[in-house]
Amino acid sequence: MSKEEKKVNRRDFLFTASYTIGAVGVGAVIWPMIDQMNPDKAQQALATTEVDISQVEPGKSITVLWRGKPIFVKRRTPGEIQEARAVNLDDLPDPQNDEERVKEGKDEWLVMLGVCTHLGCVPLKDKGDYNGWFCPCHGSHYDVSGRVRKGPAPTNMEIPKFEFLDNNTIKIG
Amino acid sequence: MSDQEYIPKSKAAKWFNDRLPLLTLGAHLTDYPTPKNLNYWWTFGGILTFCLITQIVTGIVLAMHYVAHADLAFGSVEHIMRNVNYGWLIRYIHSNGASMFFLAVYIHIFRSLFYGSYKSPREIIWILGLMIYLLMMAAAFLGYVLPWGQMSFWGATVITNLFSAIPLVGESITTWLWGAYSVDNPTLNRFFSLHYLFPFLILGLVVLHIWALHIPGNNNPVGIDIKKPSKDTVPFHPYITIKDAFALLVFMIIFAGFVFFTPNVLGHSDNYIPANPLVTPAHIVPEWYLLPFYAILRSVPDKLGGVILMFSAIFILFVLPWLDTSKVRSAVFRPLYRQFFWILVIDVLMLGYVGAMPAEGVYLVLARVGTIYYFLHFIVILPVVGLLEKTDPIPMSISEPVMTGGAEPSLARKLNEKV
Repeated sequence: MSKEEKKVNRRDFLFTASYTIGAVGVGAVIWPMIDQMNPDKAQQALATTEVDISQVEPGKSITVLWRGKPIFVKRRTPGEIQEARAVNLDDLPDPQNDEERVKEGKDEWLVMLGVCTHLGCVPLKDKGDYNGWFCPCHGSHYDVSGRVRKGPAPTNMEIPKFEFLDNNTIKIG
Repeated sequence: MSDQEYIPKSKAAKWFNDRLPLLTLGAHLTDYPTPKNLNYWWTFGGILTFCLITQIVTGIVLAMHYVAHADLAFGSVEHIMRNVNYGWLIRYIHSNGASMFFLAVYIHIFRSLFYGSYKSPREIIWILGLMIYLLMMAAAFLGYVLPWGQMSFWGATVITNLFSAIPLVGESITTWLWGAYSVDNPTLNRFFSLHYLFPFLILGLVVLHIWALHIPGNNNPVGIDIKKPSKDTVPFHPYITIKDAFALLVFMIIFAGFVFFTPNVLGHSDNYIPANPLVTPAHIVPEWYLLPFYAILRSVPDKLGGVILMFSAIFILFVLPWLDTSKVRSAVFRPLYRQFFWILVIDVLMLGYVGAMPAEGVYLVLARVGTIYYFLHFIVILPVVGLLEKTDPIPMSISEPVMTGGAEPSLARKLNEKV
């Protein structure tokens, strides 16, 4: 190699500088084009929902819509709670205690995203081999705590962020 | 190419052609030397062009009446069916047209597999064809969502959730695709936009596909290289155009049969129920042309594994020209490969069947066997058969079997040993 080829000259600097500035410019234009597809302000505004749970009898559940997805609110009987807590964690594909899935002192209330963690279908209640939910799409079974027991779903049904405003009202989101 | 000598007759035509050689292109397409032994399996290229144009024309018309909004889409499709003049006809042509498009493309792909059309020097034609096939599947999926029925909504939910299997960024990608926290109005809106775009991308790829085809010229049923033009070739027009036209007419009769007599037989009745984000239909299935891949997805008891295997089933086809070690193209002269070809056809049909059935019991077992065999065919059988197989003697030219009665392949055998 000759010395001239190795030497960085003004032209090389100009090329590199132009490419760099050009790449930044292209990136700055592309990003809005990509980001416009993310949830807009109107979608984000729907982020919280308040639910009246005073009418739910023990053993029954209601389904409410939150951010376009169903939320299962189930009031469990003492028997069901006991059943959920008697499960050996080694039997669970995604080990999690029932206590971690409910609010302390509100053990009867199971509030979870009613969406199968496999490919997003809505599981059917009181179905399946574990007295909980069953997803009709690809056959995942969930127990009375909403934990996956069998099938292709990788994780338990998700617990959304929620709080009790008072004894009869919860705020989801 | 044989037509660089083309000179237009009139002065005006010459003036124009010197500035934009469209007439030269026309002459090339007319005179294009084509193997004289092409059979009816070679007519599906023309049929597919017809399908694409049909979908574009009916689609543009439907878009004049359709409303891409979650509250109005379902009603606007019913409006097309009941109020728009001939709306029922145009919509049924469009919805059945998608199925006919896939029917033709599958025959086209399997023809290529049988006669070795994907092999050197036609790899780029094959890869462009697969890209067209991928875009077709995407366009068909996007279009299926637009009527916003139960199958539309839950099909969209399941397919977009496939991306959530990607580690770390999966959830963000899914939300980005949705434009919301579930499949919702923003999703429908963008799907309509993309559904309108994709056919034109396909059209562009089709031009490249045909361009790439016209470099080496058509493969043919005996799979040998031929001199062009020679006594082995005929001009594209009128010999191939008339054959393509006849095949197209037969195809259109079948197409019309679906449109006029059983327009809903390939669809699913649940899609006549408006989308409901709170209730998933008891048995959700994709359209028939995606069923083999659906069966592969469901055969794996792991989310990410299933998604990876399903996409691999398609992407493995991209390296097919390099997995097949045999130098003989046509299965006519490959006694062993020929049998495995038909086993693969049966395997894919079986996967399609079990994809439509519930994923349990014997169907799950069949899906797993079918999936394993599918990959075995491409990864193991194809490379090994190509090395071990003793191929039959191949003729020197297309004319030779005719001239010599086909029973004197002595010359050809010599040639074959060299191969």
